[in-house]
Amino acid sequence: MIPSKEEFFNGLAAKHGLELQKKFAAASAAICGAGGLGSNIAIALARAGVGRLKIIDFDKIEITNLNRQQYFADQIGLFKAEALKENLSKIAPYCEVTAETVKITEENVTELLKGFPIVCEAFDKAEAKAMLVNAVLENMPETYLVSGSGMASLNSANLIKTRKITDKFYLCGDMESDVDAGNGLFGSRVLVCAAHQAHTILRIIAGEFEA
Amino acid sequence: MTKVNGKTEAVTGLNIAEIVEKFGYNPARVAVELNGNIVPKAKYAETVAGENDVIEIVSFVGGG
Repeated sequence: MIPSKEEFFNGLAAKHGLELQKKFAAASAAICGAGGLGSNIAIALARAGVGRLKIIDFDKIEITNLNRQQYFADQIGLFKAEALKENLSKIAPYCEVTAETVKITEENVTELLKGFPIVCEAFDKAEAKAMLVNAVLENMPETYLVSGSGMASLNSANLIKTRKITDKFYLCGDMESDVDAGNGLFGSRVLVCAAHQAHTILRIIAGEFEA
Repeated sequence: MTKVNGKTEAVTGLNIAEIVEKFGYNPARVAVELNGNIVPKAKYAETVAGENDVIEIVSFVGGG
């Protein structure tokens, strides 16, 4: 028996406080990429009671994703955006989730992210991260942007931090451990970065703007 | 003096494209802020670092 929307809200308000929970419920965020960062960020935000999420990813789930991405073994081969929407519906049934299976490009980015005051960059490729960050900062100056860079390797989790780069641009990660330099990707360390990003988004929603 | 990523650097008079190259960054992986504002990619060549400018070059790495 799934609790009602009101029961869910009250349960969350009991943990977070009523005023904050109202803010979370009224908030929306777009998550670009539904891999190790994005799938974990989406779940953290949905669990916190964020009202509306948009998940954008073009890729399918592979067996090599399961060390860090929030999918089940029987979802291998499915599109990530749709599979994540399904998983979120079981975790937070009253979170309004839209899933788009599309590759984000310079051409479609503004249209895809329109109406979302908070955008989360959760890609894996460095060039894609840079493209999205440049596009949002150049074309959507009112939008809060939370990006992740540097969470590969088995280095200390304590090296992962959140930095505020400009007024509305936050960057989480150790800023340097590059998967392209032969570092492994360990679920635990990717989750630390995802948690930084999700937490930064909750802080922005709450009106706490320090990193 | 111009500051790049928190340090005083001898880059005054260079444009953003030249500064990105000077520090060995891959232009396809960076976002550059000048005094807290993003520098559009199309304006790297025409944006020149001034005496008191503060430049932040964010160079993204792979993984996610």
